[in-house]
Amino acid sequence: MPTKAIGTVDLDIEICKGCELCIKVCPVNVLEMSREFNTIGFRYPILLDGCTGCEMCALICPDFCFTAIYRNIPNKRAAEIQ
Amino acid sequence: MPMTKEQAKEQLKKVWSLPKNSVNLGTHHMCPGCGEPMAYRIIGEIIEEMGIQENLIQVAGIGCYSALDVMMQNDRINALHGRAPSVATGVKRMLPDRFVITIQGDGDLVSEGIAEAVHCAARGENFTVFLLNNMVNGETGGHMTATTMVGHKTKSTLQGRDAKVHGMPIKTAELLAQLEGTAYSARGSVHSPAAIIRTKRMVRKALHAQRDNLGFSFVEILTMCPTGWFMETWEAPQFMEDTMTKYFTLGEFKVPEAVEAAA
Ligand SMILES: Cc1ncc(C[n+]2csc(CCOP(=O)(O)OP(=O)(O)O)c2C)c(N)n1
Ligand code: SF4
Ligand SMILES: [Mg+2]
Repeated sequence: MPTKAIGTVDLDIEICKGCELCIKVCPVNVLEMSREFNTIGFRYPILLDGCTGCEMCALICPDFCFTAIYRNIPNKRAAEIQ
Repeated sequence: MPMTKEQAKEQLKKVWSLPKNSVNLGTHHMCPGCGEPMAYRIIGEIIEEMGIQENLIQVAGIGCYSALDVMMQNDRINALHGRAPSVATGVKRMLPDRFVITIQGDGDLVSEGIAEAVHCAARGENFTVFLLNNMVNGETGGHMTATTMVGHKTKSTLQGRDAKVHGMPIKTAELLAQLEGTAYSARGSVHSPAAIIRTKRMVRKALHAQRDNLGFSFVEILTMCPTGWFMETWEAPQFMEDTMTKYFTLGEFKVPEAVEAAA
């Protein structure tokens, strides 16, 4: 069983409204606001290296931009949604 | 050679995904940083987990969140302002095998229609009410409601709510917990991931209480309204943590033993 959590996220930047709540909750600070704007005119988060797949951003996002979370250490829901 | 994102993903397991059957995603028209879509997602996740979206009728109140109802994949009716619990009473009495929920705001449920909720709770009607409390009438411009905290600035109380003039705010979850017909009453919040996880548990318990015919179930969910609160989007959760949850304490006020044991 690996001990270091490695993860990534599926992120739909086109529906982001730039509220920055995910930036604040990320415990490892790997989300950063872009300098560019998406098609609806908002800045959006960019995922840097070091994501642990902890799901915090997905839980807080009001615009449902985080559509899926992946991690090397599966939880009990992982079997259901594969 | 470094792995592409797709290659890396193959080695990882999907541990979380948005509910797909109960919630139809896509852009919605809430303000940036609004807490109401999160509350809807939590309710949708539990509906999907229980597999009841085909068997559920939602009665919607009137407020910003009414625009979110198109997101839900279940049958729904829009009630007049504040009257959703009475409409839900009729639906549940005619179709007792369906799950019936109402989703209402504080302006809708507390300011406009508190009597409906109180009487439904007193009669022990077997449906679930979700109150999205953001302390303002968001949709009509952000004026004070009956749950606005003392000192809180809104469009109609620019100096802050004054207890001498406007009275004291109503703590709905505590109020309804006192009634004998109420099976379950709790208050959650969406200001942090931890609060969201706890609120999800409350929503599950409330719907389980309805499934087991225990009586009226109620969950108040505190949501942020940065637009109505004159705040930056990222300041609102901190304000809730520091101030709002100190007055509107989070927790369960009435839990039936059967539900407690099962959860
Ligand atoms: C009988 C009646 N009175 C007033 C209104 C106007 N009105 C529409 S939405 C609303 C405020 C709703 O506030 P709340 O339920 O807190 O929802 P929020 O917008 O804050 O999410 C009001 C007063 C109405 N639609 N019907
Ligand atoms: S006014 Fe407030 S409640 Fe309405 S969509 Fe905007 S943030 Fe949400
Ligand atoms: Mg409101």
